[in-house]
Amino acid sequence: MNVSVKPGKLIKGQTGDWEVVIGMEIHAQVTSNAKLFSGASTAFGGEPNTQVSLVDAAMPGMLPVINEECVRQAVRTGLGLNAKINLRSVFDRKNYFYPDLPQGYQISQYKSPIVGEGEVIVELEGGRTATIGIERLHLEQDPAKMLHDKLPSQSLIDLNRAGVALMEIVSKPDIRDAEQAKAYVTKLRSILRYLGTCDGDMEKGSLRADVNVSVRKPGGPLGTRCEIKNMNSINFIGQAIEYEARRQIEIIEDGGVIDQETRLFDPNKGETRSMRSKEEAHDYRYFPDPDLLPLELTQDYVDELKAKLPELPDQKKARFIDSLGLSAYDAGVLVAERESAVFYETVLAGLADRARDGKLAANWVINELFGRLNKEGHDITDSPVSAAQLSAIVGLIGEGTISGKIAKDLFEIVWTEGGDPRELVESRGMKQVTDLGAIEKVVDDIIAANPDKVAQAKAKPQLAGWFVGQVMKQSGGKANPQAVNDLLKAKLGI
Amino acid sequence: MTDLTSLTIAEAREGLANKSFTSLELTDAHLAAIEAARSLNAFVLETPEKARDMARAIDAKIAKGEGGPLAGIPLGIKDLFSTRDVRTTACSKILGNFVPPYESTVTSQLWRDGAVMLGKLNNDEFAMGSANETSCFGPVVNPWRREGSNTTLVPGGSSGGSASAVAALLCMGATATDTGGSIRQPAAFTATVGVKPTYGRCSRWGIVAFASSLDQAGPIARTNRDAAILMRSMAGHDPKDSTSVDRAVPDYEAAIGKSVKGMKIGIPKEYRLDGMPTEIEKLWSEGAAWLKAAGAELVDVSLPHTKYALPAYYIVAPAEASSNLARYDGVRYGLREQGRNITEMYENTRAEGFGAEVRRRVMIGTYVLSAGYYDAYYIRAQKVRTLIKKDFEDCFAKGINAILTPATPSAAFGVGEKAGADPVEMYLNDIFTVTVNMAGLPGIAVPAGKDAQGLPLGLQLIGRPFDEETLFSLGEVVEQAAGRFTPPRWW
Repeated sequence: MNVSVKPGKLIKGQTGDWEVVIGMEIHAQVTSNAKLFSGASTAFGGEPNTQVSLVDAAMPGMLPVINEECVRQAVRTGLGLNAKINLRSVFDRKNYFYPDLPQGYQISQYKSPIVGEGEVIVELEGGRTATIGIERLHLEQDPAKMLHDKLPSQSLIDLNRAGVALMEIVSKPDIRDAEQAKAYVTKLRSILRYLGTCDGDMEKGSLRADVNVSVRKPGGPLGTRCEIKNMNSINFIGQAIEYEARRQIEIIEDGGVIDQETRLFDPNKGETRSMRSKEEAHDYRYFPDPDLLPLELTQDYVDELKAKLPELPDQKKARFIDSLGLSAYDAGVLVAERESAVFYETVLAGLADRARDGKLAANWVINELFGRLNKEGHDITDSPVSAAQLSAIVGLIGEGTISGKIAKDLFEIVWTEGGDPRELVESRGMKQVTDLGAIEKVVDDIIAANPDKVAQAKAKPQLAGWFVGQVMKQSGGKANPQAVNDLLKAKLGI
Repeated sequence: MTDLTSLTIAEAREGLANKSFTSLELTDAHLAAIEAARSLNAFVLETPEKARDMARAIDAKIAKGEGGPLAGIPLGIKDLFSTRDVRTTACSKILGNFVPPYESTVTSQLWRDGAVMLGKLNNDEFAMGSANETSCFGPVVNPWRREGSNTTLVPGGSSGGSASAVAALLCMGATATDTGGSIRQPAAFTATVGVKPTYGRCSRWGIVAFASSLDQAGPIARTNRDAAILMRSMAGHDPKDSTSVDRAVPDYEAAIGKSVKGMKIGIPKEYRLDGMPTEIEKLWSEGAAWLKAAGAELVDVSLPHTKYALPAYYIVAPAEASSNLARYDGVRYGLREQGRNITEMYENTRAEGFGAEVRRRVMIGTYVLSAGYYDAYYIRAQKVRTLIKKDFEDCFAKGINAILTPATPSAAFGVGEKAGADPVEMYLNDIFTVTVNMAGLPGIAVPAGKDAQGLPLGLQLIGRPFDEETLFSLGEVVEQAAGRFTPPRWW
């Protein structure tokens, strides 16, 4: 019994509420220069059949030799998932015939995977979290790519991808609704990218998910599951689960039974459809690959990799909260993508007083920068405003040289024209006015011209805001807001 | 000048070194012998041009005093070894006219050391067989015949071409492979010396796989010394084969003539089969007596799980083979028989490309690995394998240096005699040899005598892991006592 499972959103059927039970197998392409058992390149987008070794093409007498880098990456990933690293693991052959499988078997790990149980904490809406158990992680070969649309009556095969290392990460059936499923993939992807063990590019197929879905009455026995294969978009995963759960509920409520089968999601129609039934399932005839010795690691090796692991999103988030006073939400947003965290930390690095301005910097990155990037379809990696520039803007606000309002103008200028924010503030006279005499004169003039507003403000102090606005307007936004407030309070006697 | 083809490798080495003859002359003599012996069907591909080119090149090197340990020695290569730009088929139709763009590690080491390739030798299809009758190029004929009989006999298998060619003086030595007895049984049938090295001693890279955990390359030669010379070039660590062992290669030839005094030789009682021909019994006792006379101590030992070895072998080997041979699917190379869809193409290609024995083993292997049968067959066979290994370990732990057994339960039989019978009858040929593969140990078959019909019989010596040297020392004692046997030429 896994006590950490968070109840998910129940689905209302005609016979009452239904609970969805989801488990996932994520195939993550290992970031490595060479394939799992050969020296051929793993680079994406090469001309077909140009990155193929004799081993990949399964020529007679060719033998696999394990790529140590792939092992290292798998162990690092296991450590990142707080999982048990198995010091002894075994490669097995999964036998089946298909043209995308040159050897006639896929080298995988069946009974003894390299990584055992672990867990991932995922963020849900409203600041909730759920812990999803990891069952195992194993290394295996990617099959080749079939090209069905090049010739009218024949299929072609591109062996470039054949033998590339994949990590299959299998979750426990701890996921309870589409939101949790999406959050799980998002978080896993983030961890892999922090570790640099998988680029997480779902469009290129570097990260694919098989989603097992079943439904049951809350607390009841597990239902029969269907596996939705090869999902390569987080949104589609959510849609497929929603559809599949409802499909199963309808069948059961109509008195039917669920057939255990493999299904495919059609994103155009938003539905899943049967691919093959359990009866058609292969008998893979797994057995230990006699060409490979069991993979044996030392605890020292694992410990060394563990010591060199980068800071992962959960740790980074905790640090942002603890040392910079960020809200859990803001910290979560900043660490979700490795690039965002890197950007934010670069902004931090440029600040003279991180303790004072760290939180302000977070606000600026999340609200101003992300907002703008989203609006204009930019990515954090090609942001028109660099981390150094944003750091300078935040520093100018923090030290009181410019007001928040002016800072927005400055941000606009930097976004569209570029330039050094400090120089821009100088050259364009954007410095905040802190000369009390000058501000006092403006305040006095406005009070004198608006006796009715003065009376109202005295009765209702909240209305003093109108005066602040007027003063800021007259000063072109450059008046120090704190000074304006203090003066108004004194003069209006509130 | 003596007939160059009757020289041993050691003798030819000397003749080449002191310029009595050239490698080209030696090579030409063998090429002529091969041509004259086509009725034996030992070679499936003769490469005279390549042989002469290699001979000329090595002659030039010898002239400069840069020969290498096998300089100028003409060899035959079992067709299971990939040879760059030279057709390699494993004697299966399914490989068709496959020409590998790579050279197996073992053969590349032979060429590195100056050997000359005469051509590719016949073998049972994918090394599956004990009579060399399953080859798509037809059966190999044993140069030995029963006295006063014209019946053609098998040379054993699967390295039948290698054994036949070496025995008939067509090449000075040959590469071979042994998965369950494929070097030792044909050696015994042809009065040649065959060595199955310790698993991991020779690289498997570039050798067409039969059963990966059992396959091991080794030499077939006419004397223990020649086999030792070849072994030194064939052995060695290869990073391209994960199961190859990183261990220095000794000078095996130094073991020839070394005293065996004080060595403990195990005589396993379980190898005394019911109904075993008395000639085999006698040969075994004689061999033991020779070793004793040389100063070795004979010790009765027990290898209690021996009787389970053959059935377990015929689970493990086909299981691995069924998977190893899955790559021959008509998609990338070799034979392709069209079909209406991919499944039919597979079925047609494999039905047409594989012979009956290969199909049988692929089916057995597929069966024993399938869901519901895996535990009952494959897992149990692996357990038996562990027990067999332990039998030997226990034996060696008691100080036994090597174990002496007959190599085969009979002498060579007639071509076609057992081919149509119950396949198990054929499988029984390997009864004394499979244990060695199951345990990964080194084994050697040495000629020790003849049966009443004048056919050669061999003895097998089984050694400790990586102690091939002791086998060569003991083998030499048998050779000195029994003498050498050459078939009278009739072809």
